[in-house]
Amino acid sequence: MKKRKLEELFFRSLMVLATLVVGGSFFLIVGTIVYKGAPYMNLDMLTKTPGGGFYIGKEGGVLNAIIGSLYVAGGATILGLLISIPVAIFINMYMDGKRFLSNTLRMAYDVLFGIPSIVYGAFGFLIMVYFGIRASLLGGIIAVTLLVIPVLVRTLDEVIRTVPLELRDAALSLGATRWEMAKVVLRQIRPGIYTAILLSFGRAIGDVASVLFTAGFSDNIPTSLHQPAATLPLAIFFQLGSAVDEVQGRGYASALILTIIVLIITVLAQVLTKKFSKYKI
Amino acid sequence: MTQTPHISVQHLNVHIANQHILNDISINIPDKKVTSIIGPSGCGKTTLLKSFNRLLDNAAGVKITGKVLVDNEDIYAPEAEVTHIRKKMGLLSQRPYPLPMSIYDNVAYGPRIHGTRKKQELDELVEEKLKATGLWNEVKDRLNTSATRLSIGQQQRLCLARGLAVEPEIILGDESTSALDPVSTAIIEDLFITLKEKYTIVLVTHILRQARRVSDYIVFVYMGKIIEFGPTEEVLLNPQKELTKEYVKGFIS
Repeated sequence: MKKRKLEELFFRSLMVLATLVVGGSFFLIVGTIVYKGAPYMNLDMLTKTPGGGFYIGKEGGVLNAIIGSLYVAGGATILGLLISIPVAIFINMYMDGKRFLSNTLRMAYDVLFGIPSIVYGAFGFLIMVYFGIRASLLGGIIAVTLLVIPVLVRTLDEVIRTVPLELRDAALSLGATRWEMAKVVLRQIRPGIYTAILLSFGRAIGDVASVLFTAGFSDNIPTSLHQPAATLPLAIFFQLGSAVDEVQGRGYASALILTIIVLIITVLAQVLTKKFSKYKI
Repeated sequence: MTQTPHISVQHLNVHIANQHILNDISINIPDKKVTSIIGPSGCGKTTLLKSFNRLLDNAAGVKITGKVLVDNEDIYAPEAEVTHIRKKMGLLSQRPYPLPMSIYDNVAYGPRIHGTRKKQELDELVEEKLKATGLWNEVKDRLNTSATRLSIGQQQRLCLARGLAVEPEIILGDESTSALDPVSTAIIEDLFITLKEKYTIVLVTHILRQARRVSDYIVFVYMGKIIEFGPTEEVLLNPQKELTKEYVKGFIS
């Protein structure tokens, strides 16, 4: 009896410890960003573009990078959805009985999912060179779209597979075509689509390697797709690399802004998911 | 059989993933009667039912040979139009699966995809079908709320109304009451009995008492073969085959 109780205690302690590591690192990371960044946070950071050129100076803010990041992540997510939704529908609803083909496709996007973002950056850069596009907002969006497509397809695929086959049969037995059935399924998974958008946007806005060559960098807010665009992760990278304490502090403030943006998106997605899951079975 | 057959199955064989699920099935389902398919779990009841509206097509590794004639038209013929075939039959599955939309839109879904657009026509149709399934008085004030907020028994009646809205000739029920409470079950069973005046009804059930209550004819299926087919009383009270006797008396399940 004693041994069993000890065993219970031992594994229970291990689980508590592991949970503490997860929770602790979350607070440690957020705490560090807030502690180091908060003193440099001010309205200027949010509302002004940098003065003094490429973050060498201490003037102004990172509005260029905030807007640039939102443009890149938003554009890539929209473009990515336009490609991923048809792929996910096709794999799940038009390839019945072709298990080998659909499994191969699933493996393909799993491999793509694991590819480091710098590879997408390099690949995006090659595409840009081929089409003669310079480092620009458009280039960044293309590279980040490549990055988020596997995220989107994978999430949508998993969500679609949770829809009971009987629901599809219900639509089909009313005489629906496959596309009409697919539309019913899409309605059913609407909360899942919001989750996919969130995951995609989160990955897109935080990634630095894919925009390194492709989006370029600029102190100005881009006004067209062909202008270079600053992004928050790159801005943080430049600022933290500075030898000046104040500029480094601004780097932490930028990191804080990025964290808050991601937080807002997370909360927003949860609210939306709740709101639109009212038709869920 | 004095009845004219509505569905005529001729030498139907179904293989799924190299398993012989249905073995040389031939049967004539009588018009405007309730026919129950009974038999133990895994005997092929549901497969037989699904072969009537070609829902088997979508499963992986399915091989179908033989003929299923509905109104003398072979539904497995290469030129057969699958959406047209399915429109002729309303399916009521084991659990209700309302479409992810409002009560009104659930009933209007079928007519809409088949081209009925006029609001007034749809309104009348929705009311008529909800009345036919006894749901109208319960939901008329909340037609635009989500169908999933209804109780499970109401959902099943909604699914029946949704099926009736495409004006089918045949109703297929796949253990349609197995998820329901006794009161809802009784309502659905009564509906089947009322509806057989206008529709041919084929039910899959493993509840013998239910088969006895609602059906005019019984098909007993065992291990993918039809063992016995005849009027309800005859099959249940005076079975001719040894297997049927054992099943009806409860020696095998």
